[in-house]
Order: sequence, then structure tokens, then C-alpha cells
Amino acid sequence: MEITETVSIHIDGKPYQAQTGRNLLEACLALGFDVPHFCWHPALGSVGACRQCAVKRFRDENDQGGEIIMACMTPVTPGLRISIHDPEVLRFRAAVIEWLMINHPHDCPVCDEGGECHLQDMTVMTGHTRREYRFRKRTHRNQYLGPFIHHEMNRCIQCYRCVRFYRNIAGGRDLNVFGAHDHVYFGRHQDGVLESEFSGNLVEICPTGTFTDKTQKAHNTRIWDLQTAPSICVHCGLGCNTLPGERYGQLRRVRNRYHHEINGYFLCDRGRFGYEFVNSDKRLRTPLYRPERNIAQREMRLEELFQQAVLRLKNPGTIMGIGSPRASLEANYALRSLVGPENFYAGVTADEHALLELARTILTQGPARAVSVQEAARSDAVLVLGEDLTQTAPLLALALGGLGYQKAVAQARKVQLPAWDDAAVRQFGQEAKPALFIATPQPTRLDQAARTCVRAAPHEIAALGLAVQAELSKDSAAAPEAPEALAPDIAQALAKSERPLIVTGTSLGSPAMVQAAADIARALCRLGKSVGLICCVPECNSMGLALLQAKNLSAAFQKASEGRVDTVIVLENDLYRRAPAQAVDAFLQKAGAVMVLDHLRTPTSLKADMVIPVATFAQTSGTLVNNEGRAQRFHAVFPADETIPEAFRLLVELKQAAFGQGRPHLRPVLEDQRLELSRAFPVFSGLAEPLPSLAQPAPGGKVPRQSMGYSGRTAIHAAVSVHEPKPPHDPDAPLAFSMEGYEGQPPPELITHYHAPGWNSVQALLKYQSIAGGPLKGGSYGRRLFLQAPAAQSDFFEKLPPAIDLKAAERLLVPLHHLFGSEELSMAAPAVAQLAPLPYLALNPEDPLAEEGREVLLTVAEQTLCLKVKVMPGLCRGVAGLPMGLAGIPVVALPAQVVLTKGDAT
Amino acid sequence: MSKNRIQLMLCGGTGCHSTGSKKFEKALQQELEAKGLAEEIKIVETGCNGFCAVGPVMLVQPEGIFYQKLKVEDVPYLVEEHFLKGRPVKKFFFVEQKNKATIPHMNDIPFFSNQVYRAMRNKGVIDPEVIDEYIAREGYFGAAKALNEMTPEQVVEQIKISQLRGRGGAGFPTGMKWAFAAASPGEEKYVLCNADEGDPGAFMDRSILESDPHAVLEGMIIAARAINARQGYIYCRTEYQLAIRRLDIAIRQAKEYGLLGENILGSGFSFNIDIYQGAGAFVCGEETALMRSIEGKRGMPRPRPPFPAHKGLWDKPTILNNVETLANIPQIIIKGGAWYASIGTEKSKGTKVFALSGDVNNIGLVEVPMGLPIRKLIYDIGGGIPGGKKFKAVQLGGPSGGCIPEHKLDTPIDYEEITKVGAIMGSGGAIVMDENTCMVDMARFFMDFIQDESCGKCTPCREGTRRMLELLEKICHGEGQDGDIQSLEALAEVIGQSALCGLGQTAANPVLSTLRFFREEYETHIKEKVCPAKRCVALLKFEVNPEMCKKCGLCFKACPSEAIAWKKKEVAVIDKSKCVKCMSCFDKCKFDAIF
Repeated sequence: MEITETVSIHIDGKPYQAQTGRNLLEACLALGFDVPHFCWHPALGSVGACRQCAVKRFRDENDQGGEIIMACMTPVTPGLRISIHDPEVLRFRAAVIEWLMINHPHDCPVCDEGGECHLQDMTVMTGHTRREYRFRKRTHRNQYLGPFIHHEMNRCIQCYRCVRFYRNIAGGRDLNVFGAHDHVYFGRHQDGVLESEFSGNLVEICPTGTFTDKTQKAHNTRIWDLQTAPSICVHCGLGCNTLPGERYGQLRRVRNRYHHEINGYFLCDRGRFGYEFVNSDKRLRTPLYRPERNIAQREMRLEELFQQAVLRLKNPGTIMGIGSPRASLEANYALRSLVGPENFYAGVTADEHALLELARTILTQGPARAVSVQEAARSDAVLVLGEDLTQTAPLLALALGGLGYQKAVAQARKVQLPAWDDAAVRQFGQEAKPALFIATPQPTRLDQAARTCVRAAPHEIAALGLAVQAELSKDSAAAPEAPEALAPDIAQALAKSERPLIVTGTSLGSPAMVQAAADIARALCRLGKSVGLICCVPECNSMGLALLQAKNLSAAFQKASEGRVDTVIVLENDLYRRAPAQAVDAFLQKAGAVMVLDHLRTPTSLKADMVIPVATFAQTSGTLVNNEGRAQRFHAVFPADETIPEAFRLLVELKQAAFGQGRPHLRPVLEDQRLELSRAFPVFSGLAEPLPSLAQPAPGGKVPRQSMGYSGRTAIHAAVSVHEPKPPHDPDAPLAFSMEGYEGQPPPELITHYHAPGWNSVQALLKYQSIAGGPLKGGSYGRRLFLQAPAAQSDFFEKLPPAIDLKAAERLLVPLHHLFGSEELSMAAPAVAQLAPLPYLALNPEDPLAEEGREVLLTVAEQTLCLKVKVMPGLCRGVAGLPMGLAGIPVVALPAQVVLTKGDAT
Repeated sequence: MSKNRIQLMLCGGTGCHSTGSKKFEKALQQELEAKGLAEEIKIVETGCNGFCAVGPVMLVQPEGIFYQKLKVEDVPYLVEEHFLKGRPVKKFFFVEQKNKATIPHMNDIPFFSNQVYRAMRNKGVIDPEVIDEYIAREGYFGAAKALNEMTPEQVVEQIKISQLRGRGGAGFPTGMKWAFAAASPGEEKYVLCNADEGDPGAFMDRSILESDPHAVLEGMIIAARAINARQGYIYCRTEYQLAIRRLDIAIRQAKEYGLLGENILGSGFSFNIDIYQGAGAFVCGEETALMRSIEGKRGMPRPRPPFPAHKGLWDKPTILNNVETLANIPQIIIKGGAWYASIGTEKSKGTKVFALSGDVNNIGLVEVPMGLPIRKLIYDIGGGIPGGKKFKAVQLGGPSGGCIPEHKLDTPIDYEEITKVGAIMGSGGAIVMDENTCMVDMARFFMDFIQDESCGKCTPCREGTRRMLELLEKICHGEGQDGDIQSLEALAEVIGQSALCGLGQTAANPVLSTLRFFREEYETHIKEKVCPAKRCVALLKFEVNPEMCKKCGLCFKACPSEAIAWKKKEVAVIDKSKCVKCMSCFDKCKFDAIF
């Protein structure tokens, strides 16, 4: 680690304290000076390309002339004397921005960046106000870059941030810089969909409107008209922080919300563009009811349906509640309270449930610590067991993709090259291959960043893991035979490292593999290593649901089959994505009445007797627990519709009305749920403490969700009423649905938008950090439910998975996951759905049936499927890959041995 | 090897190729065979002789007779007269421009007699495609000495003593560069040769590679010995096909002779050289961009440190030297650093190769001792300005350089002295300009070049040079405004202060230097809308001044578009509707009557 010291520097004649190890631009910004810049970015470092951050440096106090230097390329040194406001350097900076603005089209009124544009801010900041250019502007053709990104090359100011992010950080290859001199072009070699799963970050990295959010563009909105609130991404288990924006009752975009320990500056494209399910026409908008099974559902007013539901609940008999890993803790808990703990079932299958239980046990009982994404990025040796991270936990893949750079930084430090000197460090460390090992059945996008990749079936990966563990603990009895000769190499790299990390997850469906990962971590612990463990989970609240310790879905089916269920309440869950259709059919058939609370029309809702549409994450608040056991709160971006209630509130109200418990006639609030939850489960005891922001309401009132520039406040509801309504009350958050309220910087977890005087773009985030790229002022947030792993000398699982004996025509069918396609909600977002693949069966090129497009038949879990073959070079031999979650791919328990035969068509 | 009565050293450089030396050679060979002389007279195709202006050229050895401007139809006469009858042919002798005297012997021609050959010592003397001829001229003696008799430290020491400075333009002491790389820890190191000659009007490196490729290879071997490198690359622009072919042959021959590859000359030292062809981007001559280009990346400069001597190609210690620098190395090792430092000025030792071009009689490649006044370079070696016109300026150092006007012509050739007058030594391009050259147009030309070759990374070079070019173009088009000169100066200042690499920082030099010495020309363009040199087409009226017209009709005969009406003893009249502004009449009129 780098040693920094505080030194004194002089800026415009006054002394200031600054940290060494930083560059001068970072130091000046941290001290609150507005130094304009373009090519430097906290996540990208310095390359000295734009020449905008010029300041003047003086040799000593007698030096009157000084020399112009680039702040971003100058290290902080003791006694440094600079001027930011020297007239000559002011003129210089104005000259640079004048150049940059020469070819810029000045189309701010129609530009989606307008109003939060770094170029606008910097132009004003440098004082360039008079345009003297009298020649023709150069123009470019724009490219089609896919459904996410809109390209407007004429706006480009050639800062090179886009290619540096795309190629260096995201590891993409298909965006580059073309041409030379003043015809530099940033794009693809030809029109086409950007290949990177992180392309959406171009929108925020680009300081102009060259790359903008195409979904936002389709919604045609001015950014200052957006109502925003701190939120959590619901599309995977990592819990990235987001800032969704709403106007006219529609979500219009999602932006990154900086979390120093999780997503940092970036989001994946599913998290950024999956939000459109909220606006989807697949949304349930009105309650549906059918008094009898054999008649069609009909629309019914919410109040009426509520009464029907209350009547039903008052009937004697068992009420069963099926929770959901994509519903908040509070909603799940409200359902559990309504039906009683003994009747509450987690809405996941026995297999997944067992895996999540295992993950919970390992992470809560140790020995390894569950680490955050950004901590993972600082590891110096990483073993990934079984997870295709880019598809299942993309931000973790992005973080691990940067390990090579971290290694280069460490090497460069030895020759006094600072970490921020990006070009030099990259040149220096271009050969540095980090100790990243990946073992998966299929090739992954992260492979290019890895030192060694192993392609193996799940049970073989588990065996490899055990071999590594055996290698690490030499005294360990019965070391299994290494299925791969790589185990010693991996073990050596892990044992040599200072910050080893083991990554695994549930996506392959192999408990033995997860156990093997825990065993490696345990062995490293015994060697005295501070080892981290990450277990990826599939959904945004999978871990939260696991902590509620409910029984699994199979148990619910079993109970129903015994004929003892009167009413089933399904919370935000499509059972047909969880279990085979026949089993779900039988279950729903058996239940006396089925009530479904969900956002979208699902096969389950179609079979329900009562369907109540409930608010999505955008219109309700709650708590989600991510894979590392961090409980994070998301807040309603805009108020819930009258006819679409918030699930937790509806469930509490049902309980009040049916059983007269709780506080009748009082509107249920989230905090009560949280209090009860913390009493019921020790692990949630931390949630009982009100969040700091709630305990000490920000002076001046609640934090406004609307920006200072929010327009149409008095007219926005004119179609309904000409009177300006009072802003709706939010009992659950210290946030107001208003542009009025607290005017200062709110506590970090309540930041609704980044803004500082003169800084309207996302770069204003600088002003919320004590140093660029550091934690937000006010510290970290999100409560870690199990922070310190007990140092207990727990025993190894050392459970070797049963060997799998494949017969001649058999393949081992393993699940494959797609960032775009495998997740339920984002598939209702048209842009994401557009990029989802068609159903296929992946085969190794050497498989006798491997012929692209050939139809093959396979029978699994009593269903026969006909799928087209996709030849996947690098796929483990003897394995066939089945893409999960795609339309037409049924729910099957994997891995499974299957027989493949040629389809009739070929 | 058979003994020949006469050897005909026929120049085979790109310059003479383009004036027909290949056809001439074929015809000459046929004629010699027809006359039965093929056994006793041998034609040797040499590399560039240097005197490109009068090509194809041929030196008859051992007599030392120099023939110029040879044509295929002259072959029978030449063979008959000289090689059968023994009478050198006067009509092919060099003719001195001043007093029209013919000079038969090469060594008597001032163009040659005033030169001192070190880097070009083998030019025109050996067949560059035959390694034995190079060896016969002490070839690879330096490498043998460095490998078998000297330690790497001693090699570096001799280079330091020689005070040789980088001939690519910047003039960094070569010995120091080598010492840094030698001191850098690391098993893998590289020696690079920069043959990406990109300056307009420069052809020194190409000519050296074409005429003496082994000297460069030997220089690289010695450099590799000094820093303990195993691999070298020659980064040569792909347009230099002849140079690349000859380098290819040279590398192959050197490998066959055990002078490259494993265990060179039994010394236990191994070194290989590969050629990397650059696509011709000017910026790839910049060292960090050049290395990125070899790495297969976009050729763009990066800030230093780390310096290439520590982290260069593929982040290994690397030295990059220019062709001319490397060609000097073998002789320094053979004769010692002190020998090399024996000529030159205090801080600039040895010789410098210049590519003399433009409005000068003896266009060609010359090597002169440091300290020679520029005036001697242009008048004694270059033979002065053709057509009796007045000298205006000489442009040194290509797009990064500047102009030296008449009153500064006594400046000696010396890195520091040339910098003092606002130009740079550069890699050796010297473009001479006569009174008919418009300095604004010249500055515009260089700015056009520099802006076209800007890599596009940093703003000042990418956008600033474009702005300067636009202003210059407008001035040349008669659309200049008050304040344009100030804008140019302001832009030049900012670009100079702030560009990322040397190319950008010096991009404004041609403008600054012409503004310094020829400011009034800019002002005349802007205020009076007149181009004093009559080069800016847009500022010309295409009219005939009746007072100056001598009614000779030359303009009428030259006009390709029948726009000029003329009768004997009458003043010519130009019909502007037919005029295509081709400038033919301007060039023909000896009386300056067209304006």
C-alpha cells in the first residue's frame, strides 16, 4: 500500500494542506477549487490529453514568471507553489475550451446531456463566452450502436475517456478511436450493437452528449425535470446503488449512484436499462378477480377486491404465503406476519433454497469474510469457482477485470510511478497478468483478464477446489486426486498473496462446489491469511429471503398435496419460473384460492383468483440484502398510484382488516415492519436502529427528490386539477416528493442528485467526496448484517461430489446464464429483450452433434425439448449448456444427465 | 572475383531510379555485351550518390570521371567514345552554373569536394546488396572490435567521448542515452532504429539505408552490445521500399556470415534485427509513439516518464537511434571517440547530413562538418540559387524547424547556434527558397502538413493547428483580417506551451519563424491583399502591366486555355473569363509584367 503524507502547498499565495501520492488536480479539487478538466476522471486516472487543467507553477516565492503545467500530470510535492487564477493561465484555459467548442454543434436544446453536461460546466467555468471562429465546423456520421447508446459524434471533444473506459476498464474491444488530427472518430469499425455489457457507462463517462442513453432519449425529457431518489438495483444480487429518474409517472432513466464499496462509478447494462419493466404494458394495472375457478378473471375496484380478500382470509383454514427473493424484506416479512411463520414459504425451489442456506451458513459462520465488490478489486489473488461473473454478477466481473491494472500499479510504485499516471502505468504493466484463476464449464468474458482458465463440469470444479484446499493444508487427511494439474499453481498463488479472494456462487446449482470454495477459504484462514469470500446469489433479495429462514417451495407443494391449504398468497413471484409447470399447476389446483401480488402479468397471475397489482421498486420503499449480507434501503422515486398499492402496506392492511391486529386505522409504515423484523430475527437487530438520517432529520426538512430546476410544478397536474396539490406525504423516508426541503448536502445515503454550484453534471460527485474516488463525505452506508466472520476453527466440508458417469449418448446438462435474457424483470424492458438470445443448446465443437443450427431433442424432467445447437468453442467436453430463463426454456433442475438425439428436422 | 578494367558506379538510389537509371543500366549492359566489353567493364549499382539533381549519375572508376544526366539514347556514343576509344565524353560532364566550366572529375566538383564523409563514407562506392564490398571497406570491423575486444562500458565510453548527438533532430547525447539503458536492470532490452523519416524535403535516412544498409546494422549490433540487447527493430516507413529491400538483403547476408543471430563472430553474443514497416504517420517518428506502433497499437505519444531507456518497447529498457546516428557508430568504434570529436564545434561534433532541396542548383544529399556556415552549404556545395534569382531563406528542421534569412546565413551548423536564430538542426532537411517564394504560403504548407499529421490526442495540437491553418489559408486567399497575426501568435504561444509531445510543441515554429523575419509579408497579404512573391493565386489579378510588357508573346504561347490575346508588337491581354489561373504565364514572363 502506498504511504501518503500531508504536506503544505501554496495556491495563489495561500498555504494549504494536500496529500502526496495524489496529483495536483485531485488535490485542488479536494480543496474545493474549481479546476476545469476533461480527460482526467477519478476512475480513469491521468493521461494529459486535453490540456484543460493547466495551472501555473513557480520555482519559489521569488519566481514571478512561472511555467504552465498540467495539474493532472503533476504530483503533489512539499512546498509546491502554483496559481490557478494567474491571468496568463486563465487565458490559456479559455483558449483550450475555445478550441474544444469550435466544432461542437451547440445543440444543447435538443441534447440529452443538456443541463448536466460537463462541457457546459467547463465552458462556463473557464469564462469562454465569445465565439470568434469564422470557419466551417467539421462533421461526422453517427453510428447505430444498439438499443442502449445513442451516438452523436459531432458533439465529441476528443477527450478519449470513452475508449479508455471501454477498452481499459470494461475490457471491450469493439469501440476504438479512428482517424487522426482533427478528424479523430470514436466508434465501432462499423455500425452495430456495442458488445460490452458495460456500454451504458459511456453515457456518464462522456463529458458531452456524444454517447447518450437511448432509452432516455425515447422518453424525451429534460434532466432537471426528473424526480429522483436513492435506489438499489433489482436485477441481480450485488445490490448496486442507482438513481432512477421519473417524470409524468414514468421511469425515464437510471443513473449510477456512487457507492464506494459496491458499484463505485459504474453499472452494468442490465442494471441501467432494465428499468423499463416499470413502464411496460405487461404491467398489471387493475385488480382482477374471479369468484370461481372456471370463469375468466374480471377487473374489480381495489376496495372491493380488498373486501373479498378480507372475507377469504377470515374463512377458517390454512393460509399459505409464498415469499419472493425479488421482494423487499419488509414485504416478505409482512406476508410472514399475515400468514404466520409456520405457513410462510420462501418462493424458491428446494435446490436453490439449499444453496442459499449454504451460502448463508458459510457467510455468517465463517471462517472467511464476505467482501464487497470494491474490496474484491483490491485482491491480489482470486479464484473463481463456477460463476460466469459477467452474466451473473457483472460489476464483480468489472472489478476483477481491473486486477491486472492493480498489479501494474503495485509494480509501478516500486519505481516511483504514481497510481494516477494511467498512461505510464499501463505502458509499464502491459505484460502484468494478475493471479486470477477461473474455473467454469463455459468460456467467460472475464477469461481475457485471467492468468489461467479451466473448463470443467461442476463436479470437476468442486474436485479442483478440494484439490486446492488439500494442497493448502498439507496435513489434511485424504487429499483427493487432483482432477486438474493446476491445483498446486493455484494454491501457491493464493498462499503467496496478501489479500486472497475466493469467488463462487449458486448459478451452477452445485452445493459441493460452494462447499469446496468455503474449504479453500478455511484452509487459507488456517494459514493466517485474511481471506475474502464472495458467494454470488441470483436475485436482489435472495440473501434477505434466506435470512428469513423459511421453508422452501417444494415443502409448500408437498403441504398442498396433502390437501390442507385454503388460501395461497403469492408475493411478487412467478412460480412457473421456479418449478416445473406440472408441479405448479398441481399446486395451484389444490389451493382453495390463489391471490397474486405482482408487478407484471405472469403465468402465475393468469391462474390466480385474485390479482392485486403492486408497486415496483420505483414506487415503494424497502430493504434488500445483497450477496455480502449488506442491508440497503431503496426509496420510492415517485408516489404509488391509488390503484396500485405498495405490497408491504397492503399486506399489513389485510392483516389489520382480517384479524384486527396491529394498529388499525393507522397507515402502516415501513419502520414498524423493520422494528418487528429486528425483534423476530437477531440477524436483523441492526435494522431496528433508525437510519442516522431518520434519527436526525436533515435541518430544513426532508431531502427534496426534485431538482432546483424542476419545472411545471404548478401545471403538471393541470389536466386533473388546476389547483396545485400538496406534495404527497412519504411516511417511510426522509425524502420529499418536492423541490423544496433541505438545501445542503444530504447524508450520503440520501443523495438524490449530484449538484454543486457550477457543477451540474455527474462530475459534481467530486463535491460529495473528500477526495476524488474516495468515500462519500459522511461515511459508508448500508448495514452489514454479518460483518466479522468468527475465527472459529470450523471443520472442512471436504465432501467430494459423487463422480458422474456419462453414458455414450449422454451429456451433462449445465445451466448457462445471460445478462440479457436470464433475468425476469429486465426482460420486460424492450431494449434488454432485444439483446436476449433465442433459446439454444450449447455444445462443444467436438461434440458429434455439434453443427450450428441443427435441431436436437433432449428429455429432461419428463419434458422433451427441441433446441437448435449453438456451437460454443471452449465449452467443457461432455457438457451441454442450457440457457436459463429464456422464453421456451422450461424450469429444470440442473446439472442433470441427459440423452441427446438428432431432431427430425435434420 | 574477376578483375575489371573499369568499374561503372551507376547510382541506384530512388532519385536516380526515378530519372531512369534502371533503363540506362539495361541499355548500357546490352551495349557493353554487344561491343564485347562485358568482361572488362563492370556496372555496379550503388546506393544514392547524393547528387540527385543531375541524375542519373555515374562514376567511372578508377579514372574518377563523373557523368551526369545520362539517357538511354546516349549509350552507344558513350561506350564508343569512352570505353572503346578512351575519350571521356565532355557533353556528360558536370557544368558549373556560374562560369559554365565543365568539370570531368568528381572530386573537383565543389558539390563533392566540400563534403566530409563519415556517415555516408560508402555512398556511391559500394554495391549495397553485396556484403563483401561493405566488409572490404572496414565493414563489421567495429562490431568485431566491440564484441571481442571491448566491454559494454568501454563501448559506451567511446560514444561518450565522441560527443555524438542524436541526428534525428533533438540532439540528445547518444552516449548518455546508451548509458541509461545499459544501467537499467532487465534481461530483455531492445535497440530500435528510427527510419520513419517524415519531414517534408528530408531523404537522408532513406539514402543512407539505400547506399549503406550494413553500416546501420553494424551500428545496431554495437548498440546492442553496449546495452546487452538481444533484439533490434528497424522502424522504416513502408514507402521506402528500396531501402527495405536492401535492408532485407543486408540482414540475410549478415546472418549468413554469422554477423547477426546467435553467437556473433564467436563472441557468445547474440542479436537479431527485424524490420517493422510503419504506415507513414508522421507522429510515429516520435519515440513513444513509434514504440506503441511496433507493439501493434495506435501510434500516439505518451507523457514521459517512464523514459524508454527504463521502460520502452513492451516496457523493457530500449534505445532508439536515428539511421544517421547509427551509421556513424562503426567508425567511432574503429577509430575512437576522440577521432570523431576532432572536427566540429564545441558542443556539436562530427558531421551532419543534409538533404538540400528547393531553389538551389545542386539538389542532393550532402555531409558537411559541424561548424560550417550555412552560407557555404548553400553557395559552395549547393551552387547557389538557379536562374540568378535572389536567395530568400532556407528552411531547416522540417515542420518543427524554422527559416533562416539572408542576414543570418553565416550562422554555423551547430545545434545551439541554429536554435538561437529560431530554427532547429532537425534531421537534416534544408529547403532553399528564392525570392519567388511566398513565406505565408510556405508557413501554410508546413501547417497543413503538421495539422494533417497530428495524432489527435492532445487538444492544442489537434485543434490549435487546425485554427492556425485556417487563418493562414484565409490570409493566402486574401480574406485576412486585422488581428489575424495576433491570433496566430497567441495560438502559437499556447500550442508551444501546452502540447503533449515534441511534435505538437514545435508545430507553430514555421509560423513563428516566418513572422519573425517576414512579418511585413503577412501584413501586405492582410492589409493590401497582395502577395509580394506572387504565389498566392487568389491575390493575383491576372492582368498585364502594359508598361512592363515587352510584347514578346511568351505568355501567349504558354497559356493552355487560350485566355491570352497577343499579336506581334502588341501588349498581351488576358481574358479573365477563360483564365484558369494556372500560373503558366507568370512563370514564363521574364519581365514581371503580369500581376
